[in-house]
Amino acid sequence: MLVYLPIAEVSVNAFLLLGLGGLVGLLSGMFGVGGGFLLTPLLFFIGIPPAVAVATGANQIVASSFSGVLAHLKRKTVDLKMGVVLLIGGLVGAALGVQVFNMLRAMGQVDLLVRLCYVVFLGIIGALMFAESLRAIHRSRQAGGSLPPRRHHRGWIHALPFKMRFRTSGLYLSVIPPLLVGLAVGVLSAIMGVGGGFIMVPAMIYLLGMPTKVVIGTSLFQIIFVAAFATLLHATTNFTVDMVLALLLLVGGVIGAQIGTRLGVKLKAEYLRVLLATLVLAVCGKLATELLLQPVELFTLGAAGGY
Amino acid sequence: MKRLLFILALALLPVTASGEEEVLASLSQNDVAITANFNGSEILIFGAVQRFTPLPTTGQMQVIITIEGPDRPLTVRQKERQYGIWMNTEAVEVDAAPTFYAVATTGPFEEVVTHTEDLRHRISIPRAIRAVDAGTEHPEDFTQAVVRIRTAAGLYQMLEGAVTLRNETLFNTSFRLPANLTEGDYVARIFLTRNREVVASYQTDITVRKVGLERLIYTLAHERPLAYGLLSLAIAIIAGWGASAVFRYIRTGG
Repeated sequence: MLVYLPIAEVSVNAFLLLGLGGLVGLLSGMFGVGGGFLLTPLLFFIGIPPAVAVATGANQIVASSFSGVLAHLKRKTVDLKMGVVLLIGGLVGAALGVQVFNMLRAMGQVDLLVRLCYVVFLGIIGALMFAESLRAIHRSRQAGGSLPPRRHHRGWIHALPFKMRFRTSGLYLSVIPPLLVGLAVGVLSAIMGVGGGFIMVPAMIYLLGMPTKVVIGTSLFQIIFVAAFATLLHATTNFTVDMVLALLLLVGGVIGAQIGTRLGVKLKAEYLRVLLATLVLAVCGKLATELLLQPVELFTLGAAGGY
Repeated sequence: MKRLLFILALALLPVTASGEEEVLASLSQNDVAITANFNGSEILIFGAVQRFTPLPTTGQMQVIITIEGPDRPLTVRQKERQYGIWMNTEAVEVDAAPTFYAVATTGPFEEVVTHTEDLRHRISIPRAIRAVDAGTEHPEDFTQAVVRIRTAAGLYQMLEGAVTLRNETLFNTSFRLPANLTEGDYVARIFLTRNREVVASYQTDITVRKVGLERLIYTLAHERPLAYGLLSLAIAIIAGWGASAVFRYIRTGG
């Protein structure tokens, strides 16, 4: 069944969009990532104009994240206090990121830099996460199943002032590290046009030492606001949010997110991380080959006056 | 005085000669409505040559039919390998390129019309793309790229031999408009040629418009962007909440 998208101005198969939304929603629920880093390139691939794909992707992420957060709230796996602290940093970071983005655009190489950003960050995070979770699996096998809760050693972080108690995460630490994490993710998400979950999740686990189960819900909570902010910005400045496209994606997405959340609870945290790491590395590899191999078509067409 | 008249008559001669044959044509539709399940459209163009004098004996009559979508400026970028990766190195602004352009003829393009006539009436696809700025040493590479990419997307079509002409009088052809059409006023042009010179032409408009829900959404997005953005977010949140509620209901119910 073909549907004509009024803003994107192309005809696309409705079931393809439902399926895409479902896939991304599934990952969103399972890993606590918004899925933007996957959805946006997939939308390019099926012929949606890049500007519309980025803006509509943000809107879809709001829906699937919201659906996911509700499921996590029910299970009390959202650290709201931590989420708010991260969000404050995130919004400041996003505002800064937009400035950086405009500077890069003036230099004329924004497309390449966004891609390089993706390759570098996805590569580093994917590799680190992959190695760490393999070690964790190995350890848990040696220990014979149940693993005692690990405490990360965070000497210098404990020395920082403005300490706060994050009861849900079981942490007592300074607000400075989460603010900085939020800020960094905000900057990157504005530049890369994604919610930033794939950076946020590892940062929470490895830098802040939050338990994996809480990380996912908290990350989703923060992503809702960042993505909603981005959607409004795109809708009012570029008119590139396609409601019909978003609706089809999110119908698939919300269902996928619910299934994903349930699957995520059943799977072991270490295996979950191996899966996410593999996915991140696969996307990274795909983007890297595109940069390294000679493209079939050396020319690209774009709207006049930049992006 | 006699001499002046003679010159005047000579000057008028080609005009009257070309006026001996005229085109009458009609389209299967002058309005293309883009609805929610729009999947491209077929346009049938048919017509006849009206003559006030007997059929000329010299040269064969040929027909060219074009459909042109609204013009839009665009940026063409070229990638080159630098520091081991492929990056955009050169960019050229094209002042106006039609968003859709199709040419159908009765025979091979070179045999139907001369290069001069092509230039004058802007008939062939490269002629329809206007004014590539001179910021590069090889502007024709960029024009060719536009034609190549848009041809691959089905937006530019060169249909040699697609027009059927009977007894040098009746002709017809059909065009396939793809699904990714830009809204606006399209122009259909018909040229009659004899000895590769244009002897008559005809022009009519085709309106391509979104209708119904498509129209409503498009208008809202452009005229009330904030309301549209908030509405999109509201739909997203309701859908997210709805799915969550439905799944909870299924779980508790089952």
